[in-house]
Amino acid sequence: MTLFIQQLFNGLALGGVYCLAAIGLTLVFGVLRIPNLAHGALYMLGAYITYFFLTTLGVPYIAAIGIAALLLFVVGVGLERLVFHPLRNSPHTHHMIAAVGAMFFFQALAQAIWGADFRRMKTPITGGLDILGAEISAQRIVIIVTAVIVLALLAWFIKRSIHGQTIEAIEQDRIGASLVGISPSMVSMLTLGLSALLATVAAGLVAPINLLSPTMGDALNLKVFAIIILGGLGSLPGAIVGGFALALAETMTATYISSAVGEAVAFIVLVAVLAIKPTGLFTKAVQR
Amino acid sequence: MNALKNPRLLGTFAVVVLIGAAPAVFAGENYAMRVITVGMCAAIAVYGLNIILGFTGQLSLAQGGFFGIGAYGVGLLTTDYDWSFWSAFFVSVIGTAVIGYLCGLIALRTKDEYFAIFTMAIGFIIFLVISRWEAVTHAHSGVNNVKFPEGAGIVDFSSPIAMFYLVFLVLLICIYITHAIRRSSVGRTLLTIRTSEDLADAIGVRVGFSKQLAFAASAVFGGIGGGLYATVVGFIGPDAASIDKTFEFLMFILVGGMGTVAGPLLGSMIVTFLFELFQDFQAYRFIVLGPIIVALVIFAPRGIIGYLGEFIDRRNRRRRLAGMRRSPKETGPDGRSAAPTAETMTESGAGTTSEETK
Repeated sequence: MTLFIQQLFNGLALGGVYCLAAIGLTLVFGVLRIPNLAHGALYMLGAYITYFFLTTLGVPYIAAIGIAALLLFVVGVGLERLVFHPLRNSPHTHHMIAAVGAMFFFQALAQAIWGADFRRMKTPITGGLDILGAEISAQRIVIIVTAVIVLALLAWFIKRSIHGQTIEAIEQDRIGASLVGISPSMVSMLTLGLSALLATVAAGLVAPINLLSPTMGDALNLKVFAIIILGGLGSLPGAIVGGFALALAETMTATYISSAVGEAVAFIVLVAVLAIKPTGLFTKAVQR
Repeated sequence: MNALKNPRLLGTFAVVVLIGAAPAVFAGENYAMRVITVGMCAAIAVYGLNIILGFTGQLSLAQGGFFGIGAYGVGLLTTDYDWSFWSAFFVSVIGTAVIGYLCGLIALRTKDEYFAIFTMAIGFIIFLVISRWEAVTHAHSGVNNVKFPEGAGIVDFSSPIAMFYLVFLVLLICIYITHAIRRSSVGRTLLTIRTSEDLADAIGVRVGFSKQLAFAASAVFGGIGGGLYATVVGFIGPDAASIDKTFEFLMFILVGGMGTVAGPLLGSMIVTFLFELFQDFQAYRFIVLGPIIVALVIFAPRGIIGYLGEFIDRRNRRRRLAGMRRSPKETGPDGRSAAPTAETMTESGAGTTSEETK
């Protein structure tokens, strides 16, 4: 039972991270209609920049994540301007190839600056909590709490604020939205920036638990794609449900079956969903 | 005779002859020969990608995985099971075909983005199996001493030149197959699917079946390339199946030109050369190459061969139009001297003036 509770919290913490990363990706898909294969690279870059501010410059943890998130917002906007905007009328294969190019660039950049070795990020948050006999590290509690707060803020932003509502409008109908004066170009920039920002928050939160490396985004990339396909491409509730479901499935199989199976769960889910119901759980999302 | 007048065919021949003559230049330098041979192995896999991406318009990101299956099939069968190269090679190619066909059954239920993501997952699963299944694939220690092909006492394949010509021969067959597909009704069917799947469906093309065939064919080419790669290099590690391989192939085809016959070969050779140039900073080469990929997609999505083809088409059209204008001039010399010359005239302008003269 203690092990189960321990793993439950581990799963929830991982789920929070997956959610934050997946929501950005699904937003980008909803607005730009492209799967951003460079998303994992943005996550990786976010982790390294947080590391840079925290360890090298000695900025406090939360502030370091905040600064890194803002920087990555700019990187996301730049990515939209320089890569995806010029390709907006090209066949869909071209976006994906360009995104791969961008991904390689970010990875090589991180490797050039910080080296290929794994790095460990120390967190000022230490200690733990005793819940029903299980020792839960404070870092994981912080992840869960922050993820919930950020998700709530995001929900408020998209549903209530004027800029967030433009995102939803573009998702629903691009032409209709442009007719009432919403600029698709501005919204695209905002969305990609936002997705990079969310990925950075996720990366900054999980970095003290995992190690940092230039290729850390690769595994996450595929998992996040599995999540948004499970939830339905472009669907926000789908990304949240999918994120927690996959994270729990992963930690539980890794604990009770074997770690190799835990790693493969994402792909088993992906194959199963695409074979049985390719539109995902929350179908409404994006009509093609 | 007709073939000699076709610049496309001539160009392909020129590239092929140039590469075929490479041993004459690099005969003494084993390293250079090996780089070119490995480049040709990759080119074979890229021809597979060309069928599914270039002709059919579906981005498959599993090509590196199929390459890995071919490589590991040959590698493991010739070392751990002591098979001869040829039997191992044929078994792994057939194995890749079967795996490719089975993957296609599920993968082709999806399309566009879903297809790309799904094939990326297939590629990653293959990589995961190869890099983790220690008992069979030796995981990270890789496979050493892959056998050379048996020459039946006639050819000694341990010499780099013999190996070069073996790969070269297979490559030629692949190029011919690509050419044949492109010319045949199968090729036109695939191109129709690339243009519009709904349209193809409406005019009675068996979309699902054709895509299935294209995907299986691309897997087979990947397997062939991988199998040859294993014997050329002699050592294989999980890298041979990694997703990076797929992206490398993608870059090769992009530089050369998607959906063309000579493109994959030319692209593979040029990019292999670039990789060698940047070899000292192996890990950082993508700082330069990444933006190049992006720039290529934005500014030159059709690749080198695509642009040459466009140039040839435009020249042919201009010639035809010039011919059309000359003949009415000869029959009815009403002296329209104001007609612009061929150089300054735009194509649409040419169309209207020749109609006026009639």
